[in-house]
Amino acid sequence: MTIRSLLVANRGEIAVRIIKAAKALGIRTVQVHSAADADMLAVKLADEAVNIGPPSAAKSYLNINAVVSAAKATGVDAVHPGYGFLSENADFADAVEAAGLIFIGPKGDAIRLLGDKVAARAVAARAGVPTVPGSAGRIASLDEARAIADKTGFPIMIKAAAGGGGRGIRIADNMADLERHFPQASAEAAAAFGDGGLYLEKVITKARHVEVQILGDGENFVHCFERECSLQRRRQKVWEEAPSFLLPADVREKLCASAVALAREVGYRGAGTVEYLYDEIAREFYFIEVNTRIQVEHPVTEMITGIDLVQEMIKVCGGAKLSIAQKDIVARGHAIECRINAEDPSRNFMPAPGRIETLKVPEGEAIRFDTMLYEGYSIPPFYDSLVGKLIVWAESRDACLERLKSALEGLTITGIPTTVPLHLALASDESVRRGAFHTRFLETWLETEFAGLSGKTAEVA
Amino acid sequence: MSKLEIRSPLPGTFYRTPAPDAAPFKADGDAVASADTIGMIEVMKTFQEIPAGIDGTAIRFLVDNEEPVMAGQVIAEVDA
Repeated sequence: MTIRSLLVANRGEIAVRIIKAAKALGIRTVQVHSAADADMLAVKLADEAVNIGPPSAAKSYLNINAVVSAAKATGVDAVHPGYGFLSENADFADAVEAAGLIFIGPKGDAIRLLGDKVAARAVAARAGVPTVPGSAGRIASLDEARAIADKTGFPIMIKAAAGGGGRGIRIADNMADLERHFPQASAEAAAAFGDGGLYLEKVITKARHVEVQILGDGENFVHCFERECSLQRRRQKVWEEAPSFLLPADVREKLCASAVALAREVGYRGAGTVEYLYDEIAREFYFIEVNTRIQVEHPVTEMITGIDLVQEMIKVCGGAKLSIAQKDIVARGHAIECRINAEDPSRNFMPAPGRIETLKVPEGEAIRFDTMLYEGYSIPPFYDSLVGKLIVWAESRDACLERLKSALEGLTITGIPTTVPLHLALASDESVRRGAFHTRFLETWLETEFAGLSGKTAEVA
Repeated sequence: MSKLEIRSPLPGTFYRTPAPDAAPFKADGDAVASADTIGMIEVMKTFQEIPAGIDGTAIRFLVDNEEPVMAGQVIAEVDA
């Protein structure tokens, strides 16, 4: 392995996570930061830190030249992009390589291919992975859209070929909707992404969001089983589990094998995630997209497999072969991750940056808290609201929920409101306990069950 | 004639326009009514509209577009 030093091109909890993985491998770390992040935990933990610009992410963490210049100036061997920011930017991966450095992730061309939703659907089809019924690719006209909708039925999603993260999506419930939304969606996509291309996908109602963790070294490809990520708010995940416990064994086997086939099809390198919708009633799964980076929810997979995914991606991108074969990867027990955000769940999740007064973290076997927080730290308002992730493991899902409840009760963060009360309510909820939820469950639950709970708390107080 | 201050209720990034290529909510010198939106604050990737909160004849901005602001910082002054 050739990597002796690594620049962390990210911030927050994932920067801390990457530094810890690098340290475990004996790698020197350089942390870049904006002017607003000079006192963040990752800066304190890294061997060296470089200020790359003003608070605005566009002028610092998203500035390819600033990040690559910092990497060159500090003489690192490699750059780890984390998640978000430049992590799935093919031009950034190319720029890092052009500077003679290693990008911890797939090659720029693979990112480009899998980042184009239409091209990725074609790759999936070539690898024999089922895709959501819809258009075969970009659609040229409203007439073509009408013909496809006639075949698949409604509701149908109009998606921007260049979109992502839930952006560039419109749902049509009938033909009139489709006719109205189609030209608008194209104009919006052109304005937002510089590409007006659209495609169509049938809406799978009451689907589960299930995703498979893959690892590759360019020649060998494995999966580390799947995660269940159906509890989402505004298309953002809030709670993730591994494994997807209600998935029948034969479906799991096919699902995971299909993700490996897709990785092989593109000669994947690094850690990645293949996302699917699973239709419980039809027992069918459909490919949605590939995330060519480490994900926020990677720790649940680490907890059930014992594999350090961040260390593994650093090693394979450094030129090492995968250290594990498929037969050695065994899933054991159950893990749940709660995203702890600096938001007030009783005030419509109003973001609340501020100073951390006290921080008490639950300790114990099978409890992990990945965080950027320390007492006295002021969370800046310029970035997202994720401040930590509480991850709990146990032999069974029921035992995991019990351990999660006591871990949440033992987690004290004062100075800012957090989403801990939301997670406590979810951990005690009967539907959550039975696994009776889907990707749109949380929206309704927040308005009914959770609103009721918050109301009661207010009355008692 | 007295001067009144409009303070930011939140920390974040101040925007004078509803979209990057749109006209500002208010130009310097415009009259404002209490319910008028004078800008937006981006806080942790969400956007909150900022109402003037007071009636006035001429608004003068003290914070530029896309500048960071602190909670309580004076964003603008109006003549009242």
